[in-house]
Amino acid sequence: MSTRLATGGRLIDKGKAVTFTFNGSKMRGFAGDTLASALLANDQMLVGRSFKYHRPRGIVASGVEEPNALVNLGTEGTFEPNQRATTTELFDGLTAASQNHWPSLEFDVGAVNAKLSRFMPAGFYYKMFIHPRPLWKHVYEPFIRQAAGLGKAPKGRDDDTYEHFYAFCDVLVIGGGIAGLTAAKAAAASGANVVVLEQTAHWGGRSLVDGGTVDAKPVDKVVEQMVSELSDMPNVTMRTRTMGAGVYDHGYVLGYERLSDHAPHSTSGPRHRLWRIRAGHVITATGALERPLSFAGNDIPGVMLASAVRDYVSNYGVSVGDRTVVVTNNDDAYRTAIALKTAGLTVPVVLDARVTPIDSPLMSEAKAAGIKVLMGHGISKVLGGKRVTGVAVCSQAGEGAVLEEIACDAVAMSGGWSPVVHLWSHCGGKLLWDTDFAMFRPDVDKAPIGADGRAFVSPAGAANGHFGLSDIIGDAHAVGAQAATALGHDAPTSAAPEADSVDEAPMAAVWLMPQGAGKTLRAKAWLDYQNDVKVSDVQLAAQEGFESVEHAKRYTTLGMATDQGKLSNINGLAILSDALNQPIPQTGTTTFRPPYTPISMGAIAGEARAEVFQPIRRTPLHDWHDANGADWEPVGAWRRPYAYVRDGETVHDAVMRETKNVRENLGLLDASTLGKIIVKGSDAGRFLDMLYTNMMSTLKPGKCRYGLMCSENGFLIDDGVVARIDEDTWLCHTTTGGAESIHQHMEEWLQTEWWNWQVYVANVTEQYAQIAVVGPNARKALEALGGMDVSKEALGFMEWADGSLGGFDVRAYRISFSGELSYEIAVRASEGQAFWDALMAVGASLGVMPYGTETLHILRAEKGFIMIGDETDGTVIPQDLGLHWALSKKKTDYLGKRAHTRSHMADPERWALVGLETVDGSVLPDGAYAVADGENANGQRNVQGRVTSSYHSPNLGKGIAMGLVLHGPDRMGEIVEFPGTDGTVYKAKIVNPVFFDPEGEKQNV
Amino acid sequence: MLILTCPCCGVTSEETEFHAGGEAHLTRFGPESSDAEFEGYLFMRENPKGVHFERWRHVYGCGKWFHAARCTTTLEIFGTYTAQTTEPPQEIRDIIARKRPGWSWRAFS
Repeated sequence: MSTRLATGGRLIDKGKAVTFTFNGSKMRGFAGDTLASALLANDQMLVGRSFKYHRPRGIVASGVEEPNALVNLGTEGTFEPNQRATTTELFDGLTAASQNHWPSLEFDVGAVNAKLSRFMPAGFYYKMFIHPRPLWKHVYEPFIRQAAGLGKAPKGRDDDTYEHFYAFCDVLVIGGGIAGLTAAKAAAASGANVVVLEQTAHWGGRSLVDGGTVDAKPVDKVVEQMVSELSDMPNVTMRTRTMGAGVYDHGYVLGYERLSDHAPHSTSGPRHRLWRIRAGHVITATGALERPLSFAGNDIPGVMLASAVRDYVSNYGVSVGDRTVVVTNNDDAYRTAIALKTAGLTVPVVLDARVTPIDSPLMSEAKAAGIKVLMGHGISKVLGGKRVTGVAVCSQAGEGAVLEEIACDAVAMSGGWSPVVHLWSHCGGKLLWDTDFAMFRPDVDKAPIGADGRAFVSPAGAANGHFGLSDIIGDAHAVGAQAATALGHDAPTSAAPEADSVDEAPMAAVWLMPQGAGKTLRAKAWLDYQNDVKVSDVQLAAQEGFESVEHAKRYTTLGMATDQGKLSNINGLAILSDALNQPIPQTGTTTFRPPYTPISMGAIAGEARAEVFQPIRRTPLHDWHDANGADWEPVGAWRRPYAYVRDGETVHDAVMRETKNVRENLGLLDASTLGKIIVKGSDAGRFLDMLYTNMMSTLKPGKCRYGLMCSENGFLIDDGVVARIDEDTWLCHTTTGGAESIHQHMEEWLQTEWWNWQVYVANVTEQYAQIAVVGPNARKALEALGGMDVSKEALGFMEWADGSLGGFDVRAYRISFSGELSYEIAVRASEGQAFWDALMAVGASLGVMPYGTETLHILRAEKGFIMIGDETDGTVIPQDLGLHWALSKKKTDYLGKRAHTRSHMADPERWALVGLETVDGSVLPDGAYAVADGENANGQRNVQGRVTSSYHSPNLGKGIAMGLVLHGPDRMGEIVEFPGTDGTVYKAKIVNPVFFDPEGEKQNV
Repeated sequence: MLILTCPCCGVTSEETEFHAGGEAHLTRFGPESSDAEFEGYLFMRENPKGVHFERWRHVYGCGKWFHAARCTTTLEIFGTYTAQTTEPPQEIRDIIARKRPGWSWRAFS
């Protein structure tokens, strides 16, 4: 059983007991524990069930690479799934629950999958559920969805806060182990501004566990001294619990700081902080990760990485088992055997797959400590179910014939070490295959390149493929100094510290144990614990033709999910290479993508949540609308009243009331959101002639003209009324959504094509409050305000004038989007509310009502006016909408003119705008398609048109719609059918799109 | 995330302050052009592995369009220059020729 030892535990404080719960059971640990070490101290070996077969799984690692010990942490507003127990620092009151099982961790129904595993190899779901096709949607998919997924998604809002933090430095060191600290010191000594990030809560990394001496002092004392020196330097910033998450273009790096996860109840402020760092040079001192060995039963709880077993003893005073068998292909695992023996535990045997001519110093030390070593041996299979009970020993060279069985309760395995090359690789750093250490290491000649064309990332220490304290320190010092000098700082005067080194015997690549393992053993030899991928699955993938490592990954799921194959990738691609009979470098690796380990969605969002997520644009009249029943509609970033709902009304009632009232009395619309762009200069007229399809240069000052804008490929992008202000000034109205984009469109053409034209454009949308005064009583209302002459004679239709109304400076446009007598009055934005109040006051006796966007829509549809975004969708040209009259024939060029002559644009088969009226007066579903006879090549019903706008018109007492229909204008009176999604087939007659006052008498009064 | 220097206002900033605008140095073809010319102008774009000339706008800064000469494989920026030119300036071409001997890009190499 695993238990807490009486002595040892560098990181824990035995004076501070901490209580926590796991699956509801109360447990005890100490301050300084991780959840994993505390679970092991409480003999909780079983921590979860595997993803596919629901096999019992235990803790494998002691750090970020942990694939199994994923737990749900917290409850309700602090609930979070898939948290690694190995990186979760223990605190009083922590609640954790295991995942992926039902009904309980100990007894899981899903474990039946394990019995069926023979029938569920790689690609099982793809092969099994593809036929019969119709079953997918209602049978297979719901079943698979229910079974799929790790952990559970949180339900409530996140109680915590998060923030972003911007930082700039000369040298960023990622990793606070001995290499990172040494590199940081060398860089800082030369005067560079240095930031050091360490993902754990402790400095020094593995060096504290592995020991050694530097300049004749024990390494832990050296680390302590370096940290203290660096902390005192003003040009150095140090952060623990901060992971370098990703390296991006030109020295951009994301750091992920976990501020309060270790003490959520005793700290205030944000929980996580996302560091957005721009560094001159990045040093990845990210260390190395130990690889598992692939033998049968290597996933049974109690089988652990040798380094992790050593970490738990040394850092936390936790014994994983009383009797631990060590199995290895390298010298490093002997350190674990020696550490266990030193802690008073039993190591029945070290199974070393190698055959070496002479003993290395570590082998001799182990033997001297009384540990039995079997060279050339390995594990045939691990015995046990929910925990290890023993191992069957075999010869590594054979096929797994059992030589003896050795009872034990833990297995410490080591398959060698892989440098953590993730951050090096994120932005394009290339890798080399190192045959001696059977690992990929950074190819320092092919580094990520910065804006200036020089390498901006350097690996250091174990991350650079250097093992042994002396090599690591020497490399890190040189890399740190180089990084600083490359940025123009002086070289540090001090030399690299001298460290002792231990000669190690060469490791031997062991990708399968025993090397000739048969089918049964291979089907129990796990590569990827998290995704339940075995040696046999990768071999099957290769056999079925998934030869690219990226394809094999996706077919088998090797290296996917939260751990991204930190343990499994190298072993997996070695097996794949072997199956394909090609060297490992030829197989290559899958792509390393950020983040290094998962980071919280909260940290990514930072402060951008709730009302801060997207600022809302408010017109000067926003508060009045809000206080007067506005039912808000988002229009871009604006909020516009859809309707003003009175007590006892539905929104629809309000719309009907407003629509009738505008035609019968007087309506006020807040039109402030419409874009207003000033175009000024001696070439302004020429410029507008290029932008609009019709002629704007001939417009007389004081007059208005409706204009269309097309993109260069001919599609309608915006429309609006243009007013000529004076000889060289025009004011262009755009749609609400188009103000910014049309302004940018103008700037683009002015700056990049016609840059010698004398034109200046300014977006003055927000400088004005603009109010549409609409209805038969509109003129009476303005006359009641008093001031400028707004008579038919003084201010005719499509004219504008500056003046004064009710004491306000106004610009009055006599334009109409409703077919009524209508003025749009612009006043200073600051006076918008006062002017609106004045209009409401004089309108009281004239039947005034404010109206919203839906009424605006109905009124324009009654008149057959198009709306950008309804009648247009980026594929519609003016000709489709019967707007030929707005396409100048006199102009030799304008944007879109050439495109309109392209064959498809000039095609008479293009659907064209018509009005649609249901035969029973009902409302056509918006977006519905008109069906035609027959089917297309895909077996779908042929179509001949679609509805672009559809409303109930209270003024006409029936449903009215606009749509684009094949040969529509030539088919007046014809009935077409529109099947709705509700199963009803709507019949509608093709009619003229102008439903109301076709002669325009109402607006010309 | 790239770092670019706006040649108009001189600010060196992060990519988020700019907006990419596709290939630079296109020639506009108008109403008199042939179908092939117009198609080339509207749709045909270089997709080089290596040196590329691009349009960018300093959208959250001075608002000006400019051009950048950039390597699409290493992300090296050879330089930025005014958008008000029909071809890359000689100094930019010299830098690229020095750093990428033998490069060619349309008629500008």
